[in-house]
Amino acid sequence: MWQAMYQELGSHGFVPITVALDKDPEDARPYIERASPTHPSLIDTQHVVAELYHVINVPTMIWIDEQGRIVRPHDSQFGTDTFTAFHGKHSAPYLDALRAWVREGKGVLDPAAVRSHQIQPTPETQLARAHRALAWWLHQQGRVEAAERHFLRAGELAPKDWTIRRGSMPIRGINPMGLEFFELAKEGVPLYPMEELPVEGGTSRKTS
Amino acid sequence: MATSELFTLIDGDRATSLRASIDGDAVRVAPDVLRGATGWELKPEGLCQGDLCIPVRDPAALADARGVDLVAFARAQGRPLALDIAEHVAALGTSAAERSARLATLEAPDFSLPDLHGRMHTLSAHRGKKALLIVYASW
Repeated sequence: MWQAMYQELGSHGFVPITVALDKDPEDARPYIERASPTHPSLIDTQHVVAELYHVINVPTMIWIDEQGRIVRPHDSQFGTDTFTAFHGKHSAPYLDALRAWVREGKGVLDPAAVRSHQIQPTPETQLARAHRALAWWLHQQGRVEAAERHFLRAGELAPKDWTIRRGSMPIRGINPMGLEFFELAKEGVPLYPMEELPVEGGTSRKTS
Repeated sequence: MATSELFTLIDGDRATSLRASIDGDAVRVAPDVLRGATGWELKPEGLCQGDLCIPVRDPAALADARGVDLVAFARAQGRPLALDIAEHVAALGTSAAERSARLATLEAPDFSLPDLHGRMHTLSAHRGKKALLIVYASW
């Protein structure tokens, strides 16, 4: 559906860039091919973007303005209502807020507000990422038991980071929709500080 | 009893194979090996990479006749080191200080990633547009 937003708003200087935190392009392929996007649809097997933008779960949205500045930092938002029953968020207000941003420049946070709503990396979260990178490399080498140790260590160091704790499940041979995930979910979904800034919905409604 | 082993040092997307001396918990590499693998070397001014030098509080803990201690090397830069001596591999990460500082500038960190066809795309190529970064996954 981001392709639809791109078609609607592209002429207003908008570009969606999707980034799949998947272990293999083939895992993202079904989603991308179904969408037939003409906007960048990228694969991030090494979790580069997760580290650069301190992403702790998916989906996560970030707004970047024309000068390449973050004007709305990491935020848990959805483009569809497929899972609204689980997370309670509706996509329509968010998509309208996007329209208001693109068409009217509305909804951006001032620099102080962006900073105060960014999660700060810590020595633990950074060490977690190093263990995840090590685990990934070991797995690529076929050293699966050693990889498992480091995936687990990464999860211990960053318990609130589901890009590690859930994101590593497929490569570890664990169903990310199964019992282990159900247990993980009992700890509570990781939240961004942006939760306290509900999306206004904007005044810019979809026009055909 | 120190043994000389082949050791892999991972830094970002680069994995370098180098010769290291492993002695219990300690992994040491010769200064020229470290310089070749990372660009860093210990000088009187401190730990230096090109023109950048970091003062070192305890140079003796960092390096001696046996070589440069990898753990002390990472600590001197404030960088995380995921070390697995049994597997002869370590991954050097980015310090929290550096990540925080970059985020605080509010400049969207640039990156280049491939699409399904293997074509690389760079974020900064879209300067001049409003970009929505959508991070998702099959999980």
